Amino acid sequence: MFLIKCPYCGERDQSEFNCGGEAHIVRPKNPPDLTDDQWADYLFMRKNIKGIQFERWNHSNGCRRWFNVTRNTATDEILKIYNMGEQPPIVTGIAPKTPSGETSIGSGNISTSYTKK
Amino acid sequence: MHKKPKKYSIFSLIKNAFSYHENWQPVWRSPEPKNNYDAIIIGGGGHGLTTAYYLAKNHGLTNIAVIEKGWIGGGNTGRNTTIIRSNYLWDQSAALYEHALKLWEGMSQELNYNVMFSQRGVMNVAHTLHDVRELKRRWHANRLNDIDCEWLNTKEVKEFCPIINISPNIRYPVMGATLQRRGGTARHDAVAWGYARGADAMGVDIIQNCEVTSLNVNNGQVIGIETTRGSIKSKKIGVVAAGHSSVIANMVGIRLPLESRPLQALVSEPVKPVIDTVVMSNTIHAYVSQSDKGELVIGAGTDGYTSYTQRGGFNIVEDTITAVVELFPLFSRMKMLRHWGGIVDICPDASPIISKTHINGLYFNCGWGTGGFKATPGSGWVFAHTIANDEPHKLNVPFTINRFSSGELVDEHGAAAVAH
Ligand SMILES: Cc1cc2nc3c(=O)[nH]c(=O)nc-3n(C[C@H](O)[C@H](O)[C@H](O)COP(=O)(O)OP(=O)(O)OC[C@H]3O[C@@H](n4cnc5c(N)ncnc54)[C@H](O)[C@@H]3O)c2cc1C
Ligand SMILES: [Zn+2]
Repeated sequence: MFLIKCPYCGERDQSEFNCGGEAHIVRPKNPPDLTDDQWADYLFMRKNIKGIQFERWNHSNGCRRWFNVTRNTATDEILKIYNMGEQPPIVTGIAPKTPSGETSIGSGNISTSYTKK
Repeated sequence: MHKKPKKYSIFSLIKNAFSYHENWQPVWRSPEPKNNYDAIIIGGGGHGLTTAYYLAKNHGLTNIAVIEKGWIGGGNTGRNTTIIRSNYLWDQSAALYEHALKLWEGMSQELNYNVMFSQRGVMNVAHTLHDVRELKRRWHANRLNDIDCEWLNTKEVKEFCPIINISPNIRYPVMGATLQRRGGTARHDAVAWGYARGADAMGVDIIQNCEVTSLNVNNGQVIGIETTRGSIKSKKIGVVAAGHSSVIANMVGIRLPLESRPLQALVSEPVKPVIDTVVMSNTIHAYVSQSDKGELVIGAGTDGYTSYTQRGGFNIVEDTITAVVELFPLFSRMKMLRHWGGIVDICPDASPIISKTHINGLYFNCGWGTGGFKATPGSGWVFAHTIANDEPHKLNVPFTINRFSSGELVDEHGAAAVAH
């Protein structure tokens, strides 16, 4: 549940957009030479990061144009929006203190900060 | 050694009634982690707890620990809509889920813990010609695999579930349904607690509020873990972390084909019994049953993006409710009381990964996505076998990570995509 600022239309509800998954996955330059493992890696394997992730979004119920988004998947906070073809930006955000930990805002689960009385 | 837990019975209930139920004992211990275990299970959800239980029970490994970052069952195990069935399309999945369903049928007795497994039947409704063909194909496949399944026409659907709207004028009219009578629901928390109690009684350490922060690997062999409560050594580690599987895999450079996404559910105010079965629809992304407390338990489809926030978009809930109200007009004025999300590990072929890895002693059980609750006992059974023998059980041979390279995918989108 968040807003996305489409670079072409401005701020709209997330439900107007479709996420195209992890960004910057380069299409193999030499498809015939790839091993089965390399194909599997390209087609299926994903970083699926908890924290800052680069991903592609499409304004499918609006201008229908693609762009890249830097988003903190632990909080859903959007940190940066940039054009297709651009390099991923360097950004900082509120990362969980531990890899699987929950952040103080936005996670809906405070299990790891729970202390017994 | 610790004391065996007291057996629950009508007599223990009466006896405790005399002391106003103030003397019930804790159901499992809360030990400090030891330095060394024969096996460690990461993740105290249903699948992790059943893995530990069957490692102890079927394979005699009792010096083991379940490490849970929050509280046991606080992940998807305690957040799901508890639909249990085994009517999957392909032989591999049918065998896996049916084995689990058989374990459900004896679970409360085996654990001496009431998991409230209720075989009230699961109906998968068809709304389009395509649905009818797809569901009939699955019905025939189920029968060939000796899995109980029936086809109901629209009139029979209405007889089985009288409150359903079969008007031909609704946007997605009911054109028939499959019915698996042995399917149903169970009490999710009780499943986690019952297996925790059983595992604990055999000596398994259940360690809560302890997050695994890295894995230690030496020369291609796993040797232990670092946690928020110190390091622990073990040469066998099973990862059963659902939505967080990739986070743990990324610690040792293992690539998984997973995307973690929110899946939402909601419950209504409690009302008198109105629906005594489970109704599911893939096409309109909705499924509903009624809990023993009287609440309607309603599940939605996944949100379409990666997130670990355990909440999703309101539009998804709105879509689901719109569909549910059209199918069941008498729900239109019910108040919804609670709403939440869980983080589900979506696999490209909608089938799980229960597999060895290229690191010795490190095993993954993940990718159950939106539909793993029903498999809880069977998943632990085969994963325990895989860990104990360093070889898969015959039921999980097809569910390796390597299938994404070999192309032997087990495509269960028809049986598993949205509905559970
Ligand atoms: C809303 C919703 C509805 C669903 N409906 C159904 C349904 O009707 N039928 C069905 O069959 N399935 C359903 N599912 C899917 C089902 O809930 C899951 O597939 C199943 O419960 C997964 O069990 P698990 O034990 O693998 O995961 P979980 O119960 O999520 O357990 C994983 C555990 O790992 C812990 N963990 C993670 N990282 C770490 C770490 N670093 N260190 C220590 N611990 C860690 C987590 O805290 C968590 O407790 C639904 C899911 C959701 C969210
Ligand atoms: Zn736009």
